[in-house]
Amino acid sequence: MNSVFVYCEVTEDAQVAEVSLELLSKGRKLANQLKVRLEAVIIGSSKSASIAPAVFPFGVDVAHIASHDNLFPYLTLPHASILKHVFEKEKPEIVLFGATSIGRDLAPRIASALKCGLTADCTSLEIGDHTENRTQREYKNLLYQIRPAFGGNIIATIINPETRPQMATVREGVMKKEIFNPKHKGTVKKIDVNSILSDNDFSVSIIEQHIEKSKVDFKNSQIIVAGGYGVSSKENFDLLFQLAEVLGAEVGASRAAVDAGYAEPERQIGQTGITVRPKLYIACGISGAVQHRAGMDQSAQVISINTDPNAPINAIADYTIIGDTAEVIPKIISFYRKNSK
Amino acid sequence: MSFRIICLAKQVPDTRNVGKDAMKADGTVNRAALPAIFNPEDLNALEQALRIKDTRPDAEVILLTMGPARAAEIIREGLYRGADKGYLITDRKFAGSDTLATSYVLSLAIRKLAPFNLIISGRQAIDGDTAQVGPQTAEKLGIPQVTYAEEIISLTDDEIVIKRRLEKGVEIVRATMPLAITVHNSASHCRPRIARLVMQNKHARSVTELQAETRDYTELYQSRPYLQINEWGFEDIQADVEHLGLSGSPTKVKKIENVVLQHKATQVIRTDQEIEALVKELLDAHIIG
Ligand SMILES: Cc1cc2nc3c(=O)[nH]c(=O)nc-3n(C[C@H](O)[C@H](O)[C@H](O)COP(=O)(O)OP(=O)(O)OC[C@H]3O[C@@H](n4cnc5c(N)ncnc54)[C@H](O)[C@@H]3O)c2cc1C
Ligand SMILES: Nc1ncnc2c1ncn2[C@@H]1O[C@H](COP(=O)(O)O)[C@@H](O)[C@H]1O
Repeated sequence: MNSVFVYCEVTEDAQVAEVSLELLSKGRKLANQLKVRLEAVIIGSSKSASIAPAVFPFGVDVAHIASHDNLFPYLTLPHASILKHVFEKEKPEIVLFGATSIGRDLAPRIASALKCGLTADCTSLEIGDHTENRTQREYKNLLYQIRPAFGGNIIATIINPETRPQMATVREGVMKKEIFNPKHKGTVKKIDVNSILSDNDFSVSIIEQHIEKSKVDFKNSQIIVAGGYGVSSKENFDLLFQLAEVLGAEVGASRAAVDAGYAEPERQIGQTGITVRPKLYIACGISGAVQHRAGMDQSAQVISINTDPNAPINAIADYTIIGDTAEVIPKIISFYRKNSK
Repeated sequence: MSFRIICLAKQVPDTRNVGKDAMKADGTVNRAALPAIFNPEDLNALEQALRIKDTRPDAEVILLTMGPARAAEIIREGLYRGADKGYLITDRKFAGSDTLATSYVLSLAIRKLAPFNLIISGRQAIDGDTAQVGPQTAEKLGIPQVTYAEEIISLTDDEIVIKRRLEKGVEIVRATMPLAITVHNSASHCRPRIARLVMQNKHARSVTELQAETRDYTELYQSRPYLQINEWGFEDIQADVEHLGLSGSPTKVKKIENVVLQHKATQVIRTDQEIEALVKELLDAHIIG
């Protein structure tokens, strides 16, 4: 069987992006199960030519590196041309991309060119078998691409029985970054950029970029106060910021709260937002749809504040405070002030 | 020659109002059980196209949708807001298509509408949030793409400048045409329906819809042929059946599970005393403070 591949994103400072390292960790496990190699494709500026030592500890056996100053910042067509070239030659079994603005721009182009399946925003990836009902045909060692599906409380397992590679995107934070072996040795394969790219690949060019450092920091927050549609107004949402300030917490939101304009999109937690694992998660006016839970059910402790005693989120909460967030949050703040020295 | 803009729009089940019977046993969406709406980001996309039309008399906005017969509603909605024409791509053979099969069908229909200058679609459809169809269609057409567009800053006959909204900020790019653009929900809202256009187009019907009508439209359609919503099936776009529907979709749903919540024994708190006790408990356990 052929290899598991991970497309590695390169950051401003010529490092491999966090999400890509997380995917390498997952990719290593899948490769072990399949008894195949893990390979990385890294496309970046000439500064990234010597990036390979950063990925080998994650268990990368082969690092395909394309470095050229034209290749950073990211542009769709040159990266797509290079990937198509590598994949047509190497015929990967599995390819993983981060579900970032780069991965979600690039992966569908590759899937379309290679006529293979692609599953977005997977929350879990496993290896398993499949028997086709109609033909009774058996398939061994397929990639199960697992994601919450449309609407209610449903989890779908998607497979690509016939086509290769099997491709998936995964959001940052969903997989755990783990060093495989600090001494793991891999080999570097340089990609001959000039023989692949043509002028047509540069028909889109970047005039200007304003990179804004995100105001939201979930990675270093032990406590997250998250608000949903039940918070009911932007003014009430300010109470969450007050509570967060008092507790030294970060503020998160459900998608319904983001859609309603109560919070910025970068605060969204869930399948199509960020995945968090804090010590304490305070869910305020959040019903607990499966897409939301996908991003927070690894929290050590959960408190739900909800007017509905039967809200699904309560089932995964350690404590359920029945009440209106607008009344409960000020009480928590004052009890905290009173009891903490 | 006109400046042709093809707008891709999808009718989607309103995932904000989902009931229990939303999924069929085979894992596909039971659309019949749900209210159907114009995919929100496709309205942002349509607005970008209409803005070009506001400034260029030679611009022509064509709406293209693939879906069941009722998706003709999307086309009427687009006509009411200022689109010039619409094409409904519909065929039983398309049922069960994943994004790859969908982009195959759309790319064939677009080729039939060539030459074109811009393909404008939404970033993603709210039923799956995949954001795949735009880039997949661009690849099949062999044209470049600019995703997550927030604003078209300038446009000449051969060059377009676009502001993109990324996770980590914004980017301004220059591109040549033909080009595929996917529009982000931070872009301007779509203008509302225009009363004059509603009056003018409210009798627009697809062939299938006309067959279901009791009223005889023959005369009306003779005097106002533009009311006819174009309807294309798989033969009209010369599609290869192999690449359509379930057989043309590499992704299969293996199983659908209702998530069983591992019920924690949640401690229910109702009174102020209980809230205070909880705060103390968390402080004592150093979870907060
Ligand atoms: C493809 C796809 C991807 C998605 N991705 C995500 C994602 O990443 N993250 C995400 O969060 N969602 C996501 N969703 C949406 C998800 O399905 C739910 O619609 C959403 O999480 C609901 O948000 P909510 O709980 O805030 O709102 P609701 O479901 O409307 O719940 C509001 C809750 O507030 C309670 N309430 C009402 N008033 C009060 C009050 N005064 N005080 C206290 N409680 C009150 C209600 O009892 C209810 O439980 C996705 C959906 C789709 C289709
Ligand atoms: N069946 C369809 N008909 C027309 N346009 C579509 C269709 N499916 C997807 N699109 C377009 O592609 C975008 C992305 O869709 P998706 O990949 O499903 O998230 C949508 O916002 C639409 O503009």
